[in-house]
Amino acid sequence: MAIELKMPALSPTMEEGTLAKWLVKEGDEVSSGDIIAEIETDKATMEFEAVDEGVIASILVAEGTENVKVGTVIATMAGEGEEAAPAAPPAPAAKEAPAAAAAPTPAAAPPKAEPKSDPEIPVGTNMATVTVREALRDAMAEEMRRDDRVFIMGEEVAQYQGAYKVTQGLLDEFGPKRVIDTPITEYGFAGIGTGAAMGGLRPVVEFMTFNFAMQAIDHIINSAAKTNYMSGGQMRCPVVFRGPNAAASRVGAQHSQNYGPWYASVPGLIVIAPYDSSDAKGLLKAAIRCEDPVVFLENELVYGRSFELPELDDHVLPIGKARIMREGKDATIVSYSIGVGLALEAAEKLAEEGIDAEVIDLRTLRPLDKETVLKSLAKTNRLVVAEEGWPVCSIASEIIAICMEEGFDHLDAPVLRVCDEDVPLPYAANLEKMALIDADRIVSAVKKVCYK
Amino acid sequence: MAKAAKTTKKSDAGPPAQDMDFILHSLQEAHEKAGRYDASVEEMLHFYEQMLLIRRFEEKAGQLYGLGLIGGFCHLYIGQEAVAVGLQSALKEGLDSVITGYRDHGHMLAYGIDPNVIMAELTGREAGISRGKGGSMHMFSTEHKFYGGHGIVGAQVSLGGGLALGHQYREDGGLCLAYFGDGAANQGQVYETMNMAALWNLPIIFVVENNGYAMGTAVKRGSAETEFHRRGTAFRIPGMDVNGMDVLEVRGAAEIAIAHVREGKGPVLMELNTYRYRGHSMSDPAKYRTREEVQDVREHKDPIEGLKKLLLEKGKSEDDLKAIDKAIRARVTEAADFAENSPEPAAAELYTDVVVGNY
Ligand SMILES: Cc1ncc(C[n+]2csc(CCOP(=O)(O)OP(=O)(O)O)c2C)c(N)n1
Ligand SMILES: [Mg+2]
Repeated sequence: MAIELKMPALSPTMEEGTLAKWLVKEGDEVSSGDIIAEIETDKATMEFEAVDEGVIASILVAEGTENVKVGTVIATMAGEGEEAAPAAPPAPAAKEAPAAAAAPTPAAAPPKAEPKSDPEIPVGTNMATVTVREALRDAMAEEMRRDDRVFIMGEEVAQYQGAYKVTQGLLDEFGPKRVIDTPITEYGFAGIGTGAAMGGLRPVVEFMTFNFAMQAIDHIINSAAKTNYMSGGQMRCPVVFRGPNAAASRVGAQHSQNYGPWYASVPGLIVIAPYDSSDAKGLLKAAIRCEDPVVFLENELVYGRSFELPELDDHVLPIGKARIMREGKDATIVSYSIGVGLALEAAEKLAEEGIDAEVIDLRTLRPLDKETVLKSLAKTNRLVVAEEGWPVCSIASEIIAICMEEGFDHLDAPVLRVCDEDVPLPYAANLEKMALIDADRIVSAVKKVCYK
Repeated sequence: MAKAAKTTKKSDAGPPAQDMDFILHSLQEAHEKAGRYDASVEEMLHFYEQMLLIRRFEEKAGQLYGLGLIGGFCHLYIGQEAVAVGLQSALKEGLDSVITGYRDHGHMLAYGIDPNVIMAELTGREAGISRGKGGSMHMFSTEHKFYGGHGIVGAQVSLGGGLALGHQYREDGGLCLAYFGDGAANQGQVYETMNMAALWNLPIIFVVENNGYAMGTAVKRGSAETEFHRRGTAFRIPGMDVNGMDVLEVRGAAEIAIAHVREGKGPVLMELNTYRYRGHSMSDPAKYRTREEVQDVREHKDPIEGLKKLLLEKGKSEDDLKAIDKAIRARVTEAADFAENSPEPAAAELYTDVVVGNY
């Protein structure tokens, strides 16, 4: 029986890829462990290894084919001791990708809703389409060019080009003095970064993910956040702690936590959690220039998404200002980070049902832009908070408290929160899906506050 | 071994003055003298089967990952089989405890845990050993005293210290084998634990699986002292430097380390020199090493091929070994079928096991 070789999934988030190169041809004998093809994912070129022994009977997808869906049969192999099957129909030319492969991937597709333009950006500015990953990298590169006190340190940031490729190319441009690979010692290097900031440098400390910053949280809170206050304003600590935060894809309970509420509860810290490329770049640049310690929370699932980015020489955005992503009059959805995409998707669905929702991206979690939230509440009188994170003691809880304390007279319905389920994140695909917030849940909550 | 002589520290209050170098290197010397474990052909066949089971299981897991049946992070143990098999075969199963990081499938298989429930955990199904809620990195079997399956680099080392404290506290004669990587060996809590383990004479064997890389970081780029077996020196923990690609050498070293710990002489630090053939996880493009480097280890140091040669010398035939391979492939295919066909966990499972009590 012929063995089908299928387009492999080579990362937790991969849904399709480019078949970059075949390293075997029809009729070649392969044994387990041989590299038979190179496949490009959004992050890297990966080698595809044979698992079985046998002869390559036919190659069904030509090299150079883009957008090959995971699971597509790309070649067949005759097993050990079998005759190679007669050559199958010729592989389609690289350009005519299999029909199935052309379908857009749902996870990568940004919501259809065209976000409202940011008033901070001058009207008429040229826009480029850039991924969040590139926007973050460019922010660091620009700040490093501008200020030689700025350097980056963390695990795999230099030679490996970043575990999630956010620091790609920085080592080449700035060299090993300013792009420093550390051992796996979060507590130690977070302390070194904090101390370097106390001593006058401007470190950007990357955590491979914020889950591992729990090893280092003592320095973030006890050393970085409190120094300025304890020293009566003498000793500053302009350090940026950044990296991916919150759930990725199927990585289980220890690798899937949103630390937004944790850090946002600490006086002395600035906490930023951008959603799109413009905010990622503009706010990371602001964070690096900031005199205070900043926790900058990114999201792995958003790294590969493309958004418009203003082509400005120096795109710096103000810290502490929320952004209205979509104007609406019937209800307000407040969110941040990956939740913003879901809120915009929910707003689209609600529009089809005649509910005009306003979507606010908090962007900065501390200090929180109460004014923008309360102003929107005064307009719509109904509010829902959408947060990819646990519900208890969350940013959502905080927004609800603010609405109670300062917006009570404007409320026509109780403020509701739509968060993840109150459980550690499970690995099983069905349970994970149930545990995480989605657009439909936001839609139901908005309808509820609209009594519809 | 050429080691600089150190001055012996004399203390008035402490235990009688001893030759520090002698203590620190005594196990290594015993290991070098004893050499490989003198296994019977039966035992060798058993090691061969276990290593091959791990290899074929991991290959299958890689394949299922490629098919999208396994998600998230999946770290394969291919190349390192002799370490878990050689060490764990010397333990008293059901008494001694084992703990490791996220690269845990091999250690479970080496402890005789059913491949079906491991594979079903990988596919996130109800029949999985953690009911599908843990995944590749988080598997446990308290029945076998296998305590996981931990995702935070270095955490398992102090947890292992706690398991050892439990053995000492209960005076049950057991010990704990705590595995960690060359990268994990740089975490501070490892040394905090070593200090306490030595101070309190805990029955623990620290096992550094030095596979040359921590993700993309080669050992010499992340470690000032690359001879990990020396890292217990500051705590007076004797070290052993072991070829982790030879199951009989591993087992031989294990005998010596275990005897030392069981005699109540306190912790041992073993460095097992090994190699991982695959990327760090399924999503590692592995650009930090050459294909030739991997190929060279496969061709010259492979633990399974090495034992195969020995078995052939001992009179086993190619056909005997082929039959074993065939049976193992069938076993792994069965596990994969089981894992693919088991149902996903019931929706209600989302809320179970968060806490034990009802409040
Ligand atoms: C505290 C912490 N930091 C970083 C990571 C990400 N990470 C997972 S495995 C790994 C490399 C570990 O290498 P090593 O200890 O040599 O073990 P190996 O993977 O080689 O078995 C890293 C950096 C993590 N899981 N936990
Ligand atoms: Mg390693």
